[in-house]
Amino acid sequence: MSTISITVNGKQKSGDAQGNTLLVDFLRSELKMTGTHVGCDTSQCGACVVHVNGESVKSCSVFASACDGATVTTIEGMANDDGSLGVIQAAFQEQHGLQCGFCTPGMVMSIAEMLKNNPQPTEAEIREGLKGNICRCTGYHNIVKAAQSAAAALAGAAQAAE
Amino acid sequence: MYSFDYTKPTDLSAAVDSLGTEGAQAMGGGQTLIPVLKQRLSQPSILVDLSGIESLKGIRRMGDMLVIGAGTTHGAVAGSSDVSGAIAGLTELAGKIGDPQVRNRGTIGGSLANNDPAACYPSAALALGATIETNKREIAADDFFQGLYATALEEGEVITAVKFPIPVASTYQKFEQPASRFSLTSVFLAKMADGSVRVGVTGAGADGVFRHAGLEQALSANFAASAVDGVEVSAEGMSNDLHATPEFRANLVKVMTKRAVEALS
Repeated sequence: MSTISITVNGKQKSGDAQGNTLLVDFLRSELKMTGTHVGCDTSQCGACVVHVNGESVKSCSVFASACDGATVTTIEGMANDDGSLGVIQAAFQEQHGLQCGFCTPGMVMSIAEMLKNNPQPTEAEIREGLKGNICRCTGYHNIVKAAQSAAAALAGAAQAAE
Repeated sequence: MYSFDYTKPTDLSAAVDSLGTEGAQAMGGGQTLIPVLKQRLSQPSILVDLSGIESLKGIRRMGDMLVIGAGTTHGAVAGSSDVSGAIAGLTELAGKIGDPQVRNRGTIGGSLANNDPAACYPSAALALGATIETNKREIAADDFFQGLYATALEEGEVITAVKFPIPVASTYQKFEQPASRFSLTSVFLAKMADGSVRVGVTGAGADGVFRHAGLEQALSANFAASAVDGVEVSAEGMSNDLHATPEFRANLVKVMTKRAVEALS
């Protein structure tokens, strides 16, 4: 057992982890941040995607100890400071990009990284970028629309800021 | 998972020391090993995470060689202009592994050391005639892969870098198993500076990755898709599972080789 310190959504957090404690279990059980979901626990579904040092990872396939000292962003960090939905989250709501919502935290985190690297992706690039995220409700169509809508909203916000 | 100790050394000598512990297991990005640990198929005493060793990361051009550190992620390879400018086939290959999250963690050294029969990188190492550099020696790719999940690596030996000769042209043609996105049968084709053509095949062989001598001879003599037609690719020695028969895989070897030739023509 060792003590792990990570910066989660801008806040310093510490907790205990065994050698085999996964990052997702550390977030959910130790830090009580349950927005990140465990869907399959076999690295396939992507419900557990978070960002570690700015890169998206499946937090069920990363050890907590490997993230000691790292900066982590979870779905809880995607909302605006006043608690209202962030741009990508709002796009999911507007485009009906979720039904049961279980996969949504991972979808949002994957899209956030995708749009950071490629602000105006094609539909094919969006589908390719979401290969690591599985949704059993929507058939993906509205998730793709949500990503497109978020990309447009972010581009508009960037333009307004100039 | 069984319980085990975890260490993340920041230099290679400390990692090698830890790997001297009875039951120690090295880990690159963990994208294969962690799922294996979850299934309790492996029970290390201590897990030695190599991802904190900066000297194992990075891509550099050295004369007519491209050297990729063993700890370099698939994402870093896929996004590197040094790689795309030298070995376009490697860019294609790295960008098609798994999904973005796997590519952010998984490493070239981990892929080669694991030698999964459906992994992508072994085909490139064979087709390009790469040299696998370890903390002890250099191993030619032709000697490195020794059957399913088996390599020339000894206990406590760690891959440090992979040296790829830069070919005239190369491409990776992947036919993926749609659920796992591993290779069902994929071909890495390289035209080398001496005029030879090398063909590495992954996903198909019952003994893992292999080169196909018949295809290499035919394409070295005549680099045309039609040259593939006259080559016999036997179903003998191809793997057989619920995804594809040996005959289907043997046919795919020819189909993917043709696509590779067409991609470079």
